Amino acid sequence: MERYSGFGLIKHAIRHHENWQRAWRNPAPKKQYDIIIVGGGGHGLATAYYLAKEFGVTNVAVMEKGYLGGGNTGRNTTIVRSNYLWNESAHLYEHALQLWEGLSRDLNYNVMFSQRGVLNLGHTLQDMRDIRRRVNANRLNGIDGEVLDSTQVQKLVPILNCSEKSRYPVLGASWQPRGGVARHDAVAWGFARAADSLGVDLIQECEVTGFEIEDSRVRGVKTRRYGSIGARKVACVAAGNSGLLANLAGFELPIESHPLQALVSEPIKPVLHRVVMSNQVHGYISQSNKGDLVIGAGIDSYNGYGQRGSYPKIEQALAAIIELFPIFSRVPMNRQWGGTVDTTPDACPIIGESPVTNLFFNCGWGTGGFKATPGSGQVFAASLAGDEMHPLAKPFCLTRFYSGALIDEHGAAGVAH
Amino acid sequence: MKQVNRIVGGRCVDYDAEIGFTFNGKSYQGLRGDTLASALLANGVDVLARSFKYGRPRGIIAAGVEEPNAILQVGATEATQVPNVRATQQILYAGLVCRSTSGSPSLRWSLTGLVGRLFGRLMPPGFYYKTFMFPGFMWRFYEYVMRRVAGLGKAPTVKDPDIYDHLNHHCDLLIIGAGPAGLTAARVAGKSGARVVILDEQAQLGGCLLHMNNRIDGLPPATWLAQTLEQLTGLDNVLMLPGTAAVGYHDHNFIVAHEIVAHKTSGHKMAGHKIVNHAGRDDSPRLPRERIHKIRAAQVILATGAQERPLVFSNNDLPGCIQASATSVYIHRYGVLPGRRLVLMTTNDHGYQAALDWHAAGVAGQESDEKRGRARRQVVAVVDARPQADSPLIQAIRSAGIRVISGSAVIEAIGKRRVRGVKIAAIDSLGGSVTGKVETISCDTLASSGGWSPVVHLSCHTGSKPIWHDEYGCFVPGETIQAQHCAGAITGVMTLGSVLAQGAESGRVAALAAGFSLSLSDDDIPQAEAIEEAPGIQLFHLPHIKSTSRAPKQFVDFQLDVSAADIELAAREGFESIEHVKRYTALGFGTDQGKLGNVAGVAITARVLGKSIAETGTTMFRPNYTPISFGSVVGRDCGELFDPVRYTAIQSWHEQQGAKFENVGQWKRPWYYPRPGESMQDSLNRECLAVRQQVGILDASTLGKIDIQGPDVREFLNRIYTNAWLKLPVGQCRYGLMCGEDGMVIDDGVTAALGDNHFLMHTTTGGAAQILEWLELWHQTEWQELRVYFNSVTDQWNTATLSGPKSRDLLQGLTDIDLSGEAFPFMHWRVGRVAGIPARVFRVSFTGELSYEINVQANYGLRLWQMLVSHGEQYEITPYGTETMHILRAEKGFVIVGQDTDGSVTPDDLGMGWALSKQKRFSFIGKRGMARGDCQSRGRKQLVGLLPVDPEYLLSEGSQLVCDPAQIANMVGHVTSSYYSATLGRCFALALVKDGHRRMGETIYSPGVKSVSRATICEPVFYDPEGERQNV
Ligand SMILES: Cc1cc2nc3c(=O)[nH]c(=O)nc-3n(C[C@H](O)[C@H](O)[C@H](O)COP(=O)(O)OP(=O)(O)OC[C@H]3O[C@@H](n4cnc5c(N)ncnc54)[C@H](O)[C@@H]3O)c2cc1C
Repeated sequence: MERYSGFGLIKHAIRHHENWQRAWRNPAPKKQYDIIIVGGGGHGLATAYYLAKEFGVTNVAVMEKGYLGGGNTGRNTTIVRSNYLWNESAHLYEHALQLWEGLSRDLNYNVMFSQRGVLNLGHTLQDMRDIRRRVNANRLNGIDGEVLDSTQVQKLVPILNCSEKSRYPVLGASWQPRGGVARHDAVAWGFARAADSLGVDLIQECEVTGFEIEDSRVRGVKTRRYGSIGARKVACVAAGNSGLLANLAGFELPIESHPLQALVSEPIKPVLHRVVMSNQVHGYISQSNKGDLVIGAGIDSYNGYGQRGSYPKIEQALAAIIELFPIFSRVPMNRQWGGTVDTTPDACPIIGESPVTNLFFNCGWGTGGFKATPGSGQVFAASLAGDEMHPLAKPFCLTRFYSGALIDEHGAAGVAH
Repeated sequence: MKQVNRIVGGRCVDYDAEIGFTFNGKSYQGLRGDTLASALLANGVDVLARSFKYGRPRGIIAAGVEEPNAILQVGATEATQVPNVRATQQILYAGLVCRSTSGSPSLRWSLTGLVGRLFGRLMPPGFYYKTFMFPGFMWRFYEYVMRRVAGLGKAPTVKDPDIYDHLNHHCDLLIIGAGPAGLTAARVAGKSGARVVILDEQAQLGGCLLHMNNRIDGLPPATWLAQTLEQLTGLDNVLMLPGTAAVGYHDHNFIVAHEIVAHKTSGHKMAGHKIVNHAGRDDSPRLPRERIHKIRAAQVILATGAQERPLVFSNNDLPGCIQASATSVYIHRYGVLPGRRLVLMTTNDHGYQAALDWHAAGVAGQESDEKRGRARRQVVAVVDARPQADSPLIQAIRSAGIRVISGSAVIEAIGKRRVRGVKIAAIDSLGGSVTGKVETISCDTLASSGGWSPVVHLSCHTGSKPIWHDEYGCFVPGETIQAQHCAGAITGVMTLGSVLAQGAESGRVAALAAGFSLSLSDDDIPQAEAIEEAPGIQLFHLPHIKSTSRAPKQFVDFQLDVSAADIELAAREGFESIEHVKRYTALGFGTDQGKLGNVAGVAITARVLGKSIAETGTTMFRPNYTPISFGSVVGRDCGELFDPVRYTAIQSWHEQQGAKFENVGQWKRPWYYPRPGESMQDSLNRECLAVRQQVGILDASTLGKIDIQGPDVREFLNRIYTNAWLKLPVGQCRYGLMCGEDGMVIDDGVTAALGDNHFLMHTTTGGAAQILEWLELWHQTEWQELRVYFNSVTDQWNTATLSGPKSRDLLQGLTDIDLSGEAFPFMHWRVGRVAGIPARVFRVSFTGELSYEINVQANYGLRLWQMLVSHGEQYEITPYGTETMHILRAEKGFVIVGQDTDGSVTPDDLGMGWALSKQKRFSFIGKRGMARGDCQSRGRKQLVGLLPVDPEYLLSEGSQLVCDPAQIANMVGHVTSSYYSATLGRCFALALVKDGHRRMGETIYSPGVKSVSRATICEPVFYDPEGERQNV
């Protein structure tokens, strides 16, 4: 792999950029792999990368039905934080956050991880109780976090409406300075390029349409484009489409797929330098380095795979943003879009074995899995390479829905972007 | 200053109405009817912006929504600033103030321009992914610098003074686009009696008719247009919405359209037809700035036309390079000729119109130009990429003495801040390379036409991928998903006669589909004179003598500075999917969503990959078709109406008493009632003691109340609640606990049997709406066989709670109900009169004291309250708020769902196993969930009480608890509620603690930021454990 650097850029500029190498190959698949990963989103590509890099498993293919990173990875509002309430999730997301902190250099691809800090606003007394509880838990877990009062919040975000007269006045916030945003496409591409250079085959435009299963043991996948391809293990990392894949393998997942939308404004001069999230008023916003206000809308309550949501959700999202930031009223909204999110009953992912031997799932990240991308990939890779699930992944097993060992992040984190 | 480029004959401007405006601090004059763009061009303003990446000077290219460069900041005052206004869409008004959104320190001397010139080469697509990584800590600095140069306009710093409205329409037929196709369709469908809405983004209806010359039905286009509009105005079933852009096409034929009202009130010359104005007259001071029209249409006709593609050649971004058709628009509509010496470059016959119009205008203005000693306006040459095209249009150009250079292309524009000349060379028939010598021609304007792109955006919104039409050389709408029809240039058909015929036919078909039949007569199909055309060729990116990577920049997407070389590079680097090309190069990510450049981008990608354009496909356009303000989307749902506050009938009294309020759900509830000089804790102590010793009064009206009726109501409650409901006698109440399917507590409250088939359920204040939905969900999706009906009656009743040992005496003085313990026991309810008002009285208690909840019809609520208070004076009645209520209930160990529970707590965890009725025939929601191994196992967090070792120490709600202060990461629980109790004379708390029920008496620690505090675990009931006080 050609190393990227400022120096390299100069070198190529002299040659009019005519000699850049391909970022990744476009290979035809082999007949047999050690591991096939279904789904070329951030999580699937990260899994492939860590398999090859940390565990030496390079006979790996990633099968993507469309283009790499074209699912939720390339559609999300890119908020990264690790201040989750429960130990299990806090540990997993913090593991991811630590990987984020070195990711650009590790991948030799600038994923523009911008640690500008994340504020979760509290507007009611109960919000503040929950915030205190979560920040206390975070600190004891070694995760950075502070409870701020409204004056401190106002100082961090001068344009936020902190008036006591507003409908739901800002009473305070939790503040995680190490949180932030990253460039979503770069994450997919960075992992793809690094995985490819270690020998992983990235097979695009190749939908997996079924599994080869013998004696309830997976032997490979079926595709329309290349027929059957063998594998010792198959790992499904297909977000909103996970339920469909499970059906193809003959079982059901406790997952519902819903539309989730986001929107951006036209670029304006940067005025918002933090990530601001509010559950009570229900708006999420950051401003990209291009100047777009990036805004997350609420989840649609109906199920669907359409990658399009309903208009009222857009109206509600903007109403919330105007409530928080009245000065954005005259800013033009540019585009809206939707993804298909895979939600579980306890708002936590499913990482683990399935009823079919050697068929694994990593899904259920719902509205908030982007932040976990490197961590999810790494623990999943460790689990696939070894004989046992990684300790950080274990609590997220599918069987928790049968045993009742749920990790309910709804209550404390609300919609977890 | 003189309008140097103004000529006579503009159809839409009023030459007698000069109006002043300023751009970048300089004053100019325009005409009423101008757009900001036409006015700037009239004044010879070439440079309006500096480009995003390289800081190159940019001017106006187009005349409509597709304009990528002329993005300005408009607004005279801070509050009325509008960022990113496209000059081509802004109607000029007197006193308009605007400035550039780029270029620092000035448009002329731009720093980014310098950086772009020096370092532009270091900025290929995605350069930022390849660098700024070392050293790691420097990223913050790099990012800081990036953010310094980011963004176009700026948001105002103060609140928006304007309002925005939403209007709903329901119609049989919505026609989007009022050009020849749309208008013809409207005329036909209008006759059928169907309710028709026709809208157009332009302030004047007519589309291309406003600037074309072709006769229709023997009439000049303007005359035909005026007649048609008059006919439509005469039809009551046709609503016309000019200046209204359809911006989103959603499922179920739901269209969101955006109207700029301010334009209409600024005295703009209108085409003269109905404007919806439900908000009042035009002179009404509170007219909205913009409106959203939400249109639900049985059928939709997309008659959105097509946008011209400029050609891609070196330095094609120099001011003076313009869309050929835009030239005609400026000439005919606004009387603006944006230059003196024109070179036209075209791949098709349509482009010639611009040259003809320019030439005619030049001849007409010759005399006055000469008088003023100005150079004559002329067409220097027409460069046609086709080798031997011939047609009447081409002959007309030739016979006007204009040089036509065939089989050639403009390969480069020359100039610094404006085109000074062009390089022209012969090219091969496929347009792949330069084959002849390069000739330089001097000119100041270069119009180009590379064919037309149908406006397929709205059809894309429905989820339909556009498909490439090879014959027409453009993407046309793909599969039809909604009840949608297309007519006119959107289908790729460009000849006026066919467009009109399609319009008429689509009007008929769509009306028929909506249930209105009619047959077309000849009169319905307007006739246009046929003009013979030579076929165009598909050419997007013109060759240069140098390779693309070495030639001067050839721009595809102007707004984001994406060049042909960038696209080629992306494809070479493996970004082969057109979506990857888009994302890697940013092609089409601008505020114009790449309306001008997308097709060329696709074509270049296809060429590099050796694929056809059809195989390469296009990216999807998403709403909004053209950007709209946040404010318009929000409409009136802001400020006070964001989430309207709910008040009880007693609000005015609470305010008079100086209550402090707390938000609970959507309600404002009195939190506590401070007296002068009291601290909050003083008030709470006073209120608490009053309830424990005398009597307090609480406004409990906000509790959710759901009236449930039907023969199966008991069975339904039995399934929804964890405890038993089949046998509750009429006249009694019961506390009920509700769980989710996972067995976790979600709500609680008292429910009363009003009759055998009639119950009143109380929910928590915040949970009322969700619980009603929850009941409906189960009823409608799972238990349809149960005959029950739900109705929210929260607002219909007003509830005053009297609590305290003296509540009986107080109430008895006002009611005919026998309140004695025998006649009216605890957990019963009675009907009677209280203070003369019909009332339902519940004897339930959330404080642990003798309590009565008096419910009256809400309109009597305040009266009842006042009577209770005045009658209660002799008992020293004290109003208390939610905080006191919380303290009192916590002393009794009553939980608040949502505070002491968090969605992971079972009834057993709360020590409320007594509320589980395991014998039910049908089971209940949550039974199976809570029976799972982990919900039964050890290590669950359970509700306990805590007594801080230091009785004065108030544990903080939300603090985490550990068993061993040396191992703080080993958290075993947290504090859910914590108060100072005046009754107990100490602090106490409730907490959820792992295995708490078995840890009574143990010490537990709460590690704070600075110190660790200690507490003893105890039963969560601190006061009157036997419940004697409420039972008296
Ligand atoms: C609007 C929106 C906003 C969000 N905001 C945030 C946020 O701010 N922070 C955050 O942390 N998270 C956020 N998320 C969630 C986050 O995007 C996802 O959890 C995360 O990106 C999931 O990554 P993934 O790789 O698992 O899934 P994806 O990126 O969706 O990848 C799955 C891939 O599987 C492919 N696939 C599916 N079926 C098949 C098949 N049969 N064969 C082959 N390939 C298949 C799909 O094409 C897709 O590319 C948001 C999501 C949305 C939609």
